[in-house]
Amino acid sequence: MSEQEQQRPRRSSDEAIETKVAEIDSSARESVEITDDLLDEIDSVLEENAEEMVKNYVQKGGE
Amino acid sequence: MATVIGTETEFGITIRNSPDFNPALASGLVINSYRGSGTRVQWSFEEESPGRDLRGFGVDTSGDYDSGVVNFVLGNGARLYVDHAHPEYSGPECADPLSAALYDKAGEYVMAQAAANAGLLVRTGEIVDIYKNNSDSKGNSYGAHENYLVSRLIPFGQIVDYLTGFLVSRQPLTGAGKLGSENDRPEVTYQITQRADFFEERVGLETTLKRPIINTRDEPHGDAEKYRRLHVIIGDATLSEVQTFVKLGSTALFLAALEDGFLPEALELEDPVGACWNVSHDLEMMKTYRLVDGSSMTALDMQNRYFDWLAKYAEQATDSPVTTHLLVEWRSLLDDLESDPAKTADRLDWVAKKALMEGYVGRGAAWDDPRMALINLQYHNVDPDKSLFRRLQNRGTIRRLFTDSQVMEAASEPPSETRAYFRGKCVTKYGDKVVAANWDSLVFDSAEANLKRVPMMEPLRGTKALVGSLIDESDSVQELIQGLGGH
Repeated sequence: MSEQEQQRPRRSSDEAIETKVAEIDSSARESVEITDDLLDEIDSVLEENAEEMVKNYVQKGGE
Repeated sequence: MATVIGTETEFGITIRNSPDFNPALASGLVINSYRGSGTRVQWSFEEESPGRDLRGFGVDTSGDYDSGVVNFVLGNGARLYVDHAHPEYSGPECADPLSAALYDKAGEYVMAQAAANAGLLVRTGEIVDIYKNNSDSKGNSYGAHENYLVSRLIPFGQIVDYLTGFLVSRQPLTGAGKLGSENDRPEVTYQITQRADFFEERVGLETTLKRPIINTRDEPHGDAEKYRRLHVIIGDATLSEVQTFVKLGSTALFLAALEDGFLPEALELEDPVGACWNVSHDLEMMKTYRLVDGSSMTALDMQNRYFDWLAKYAEQATDSPVTTHLLVEWRSLLDDLESDPAKTADRLDWVAKKALMEGYVGRGAAWDDPRMALINLQYHNVDPDKSLFRRLQNRGTIRRLFTDSQVMEAASEPPSETRAYFRGKCVTKYGDKVVAANWDSLVFDSAEANLKRVPMMEPLRGTKALVGSLIDESDSVQELIQGLGGH
């Protein structure tokens, strides 16, 4: 394989894809924050007996 | 992308506070509790041979394929049944990856309904929990299999050479995330996939022991002269709709390009099994892997290379809105994984679940806190009230492709572009007159002396366009059979 081929392959030339990727990226930046508020909500739905819940979850057989 | 795609999900199951919990009985209870559209049928294994091998030799499977006992065909064309010790949903055949992702999501809805109904039947204090994940974190794994219809003209060796590197390198896009490691792999705090630790061979027939990256099971469920059904067992069960779409769509596009001889190189890994574990364990995605030509690439390097080839291929061969949508989502994920993986928390389960755990670390929890292991599990609960994934989705933290009403409709209405349309519409309209079913046939009780078997060897026939009006206009099975040209 030549040096040139080793370099990171670059974007597709399709401009429509480029534009739409940019839209997704900008909306993504706003939406991925794990806030205190969210963690409080997770706390409220997380089962109370964590240790026992996890210990008793055993799956045998399948596929 | 002209391939046919379908997913099969084995769900994890437990009944809490049940001293005599038996997974097979519990799975039967859950499946039998489903009240949505569909009918109980005999699942005929006449045309199936799970031991048949794509490499051309048969294997004795010692006949424990007696899963016909609890078996439903749903109005959406899916199969809902007990597979050994798990409830399983095998989605209908779909003609594009967006549709396949929708019907995969519909399976979660079906299973949540069934679990809720089963919860009313268990003893006081007992609680039915169903999980869409792939590991109990104690060394036991169960599968989320993808099926792609490919031409039998592609030599199987070529599929192995080309696809192995693709499946290993796609893991950052397909992982559902897991706390810790299993199966004697090196210790890690967190890893990208649920499944990687369980893979031990490059190619083989097994799905439960010494799992291979390329599975050779050869049951085409169609015309065996023309088709293979490629059975991909290495993926995780994904909850994110975007992720499921990209997982299925990129793989289907890859196979279409391979079929058309468009891929310039195989990118063959020197040690694919070692790379499989390492890709899953490398959260930074910076490790490089040696190829047989002596060069080295990271997993994302490989995916970028595949992307460029397939974007070119799509431009020339399969221009469709779904393919463009796929390329946009795939490109965006690759860009974000490279620049800042945390940005993909709105689309990738492994990143979202990790972000939740890091939130707990930020509040002083240690990684070995039992709550971390519980987040690792409860993220995947199919009950919308218990599911941590759903909490993220409800807040808009996880981005969707479908609405709840689309998902609910997909639980009872079949896709229109494949033979699943015929199967689903027939069970909805003729109910218990459908006495047996298989992926490639339906058997009707037509009130005559003999049962009537309708073969469906072509997955892209039996569509709404071909049989929709006939089913609409046939008030009885006799009329339907006559209309199909039978007697």
